[in-house]
Amino acid sequence: MKKLLMAAAFAGASLFNVAALADDYQFDTEGQHAFIQFKIGHLGFSYIVGQFNQFDGSFSYDESNPAASKVSVTIDTSSVDTNHAERDKHLRSADFLEVDKYPEATFVSKSVKPMGDGKAQIVGDFTFHGVTKEVVIDATHVGGGKDPWGGVRQGFEGTTKFALKDFGIPKDLGPASKEVEIYMSFEGVRQ
Amino acid sequence: MFRNSSKGYGWLTILIHWVAALAIFGLFGLGVYMVDLSYYDPWYHDAPEIHKSIGMLLIILVMFRLLWRWLNPRPHPVESLSRLEKSASEWVHRGLYLIILITLVMGYLIPTAEGRGVNVFGLFEVPALYAGGEDMADLAGEIHEWLAWALVIFAAVHGIAALKHHFIDKDKTLVRMLRPEK
Repeated sequence: MKKLLMAAAFAGASLFNVAALADDYQFDTEGQHAFIQFKIGHLGFSYIVGQFNQFDGSFSYDESNPAASKVSVTIDTSSVDTNHAERDKHLRSADFLEVDKYPEATFVSKSVKPMGDGKAQIVGDFTFHGVTKEVVIDATHVGGGKDPWGGVRQGFEGTTKFALKDFGIPKDLGPASKEVEIYMSFEGVRQ
Repeated sequence: MFRNSSKGYGWLTILIHWVAALAIFGLFGLGVYMVDLSYYDPWYHDAPEIHKSIGMLLIILVMFRLLWRWLNPRPHPVESLSRLEKSASEWVHRGLYLIILITLVMGYLIPTAEGRGVNVFGLFEVPALYAGGEDMADLAGEIHEWLAWALVIFAAVHGIAALKHHFIDKDKTLVRMLRPEK
């Protein structure tokens, strides 16, 4: 009898889940299961890989209707980190990010186009260095569900790229360093 | 002759003074030049390396200078100076030492902000004693730049004053810093 009740409860819960609208998730910045990295060519010989250490974001996600998903991310540009103090200082300066003037970069999604197999194209407004332009993030739903600690999580990764010039970054680093690639991986905790 | 006496400066102090003067103006010129180098300039990496290496050596020299000043007799001020001039010159010297040291330390705090040491001409490394992070690196950079300007202006006034003592007042102020008093 007890087993039957529990089974019924579980069935009810999952039914409820299916019926539910998109849930809201917050980036797990506390446990830091979220990363925003960038990669840019160096002389055409190799790549510089760096990351932003401070950012936050949230998304809404409904597994049964991914097209209705929304995501927004805010990055603290002064937290740029390429593991080299002088380079990071230079990146924060007026040659690159001008963090005094533009302390935040934001991405706000406008539409999500599911491509099947857990993949989607997220179109949104990216505001960076004071310039807002549309970018497309190729996103993949990596996994999700109940975590071992009583919460519910969904995790994604995504990539995009853009030219520094399109966002008015003053410094020209040469022909091999026009475009920067962005990689992000993050887990959201259901609120 | 080697040490200072109550009459004047010894050779070591005189040598340190002129080496430091050369280093400070050299560092200033190199610093102003290097911050505007383009990424593809052959000096883009070497100029800051030389600037940092000389800066670290100058910190050591200035600290030794202060130790030497403390261990030696203090030369009496030039007698023809007024009381005001005597006390002013004492405070100008203290002010110069303070600005030199703060400028050097602020410079040191920039490359070490994320915990990396400063290599001195490939000979040895000055470790990062305090990795203060991004805000501190930016602040240290601002202070370093402003104080460097203040320092060269202060040092130029100090030099012009020495020339004034030599050519107008015709006293021993400048000569004392060129050779020890017999």
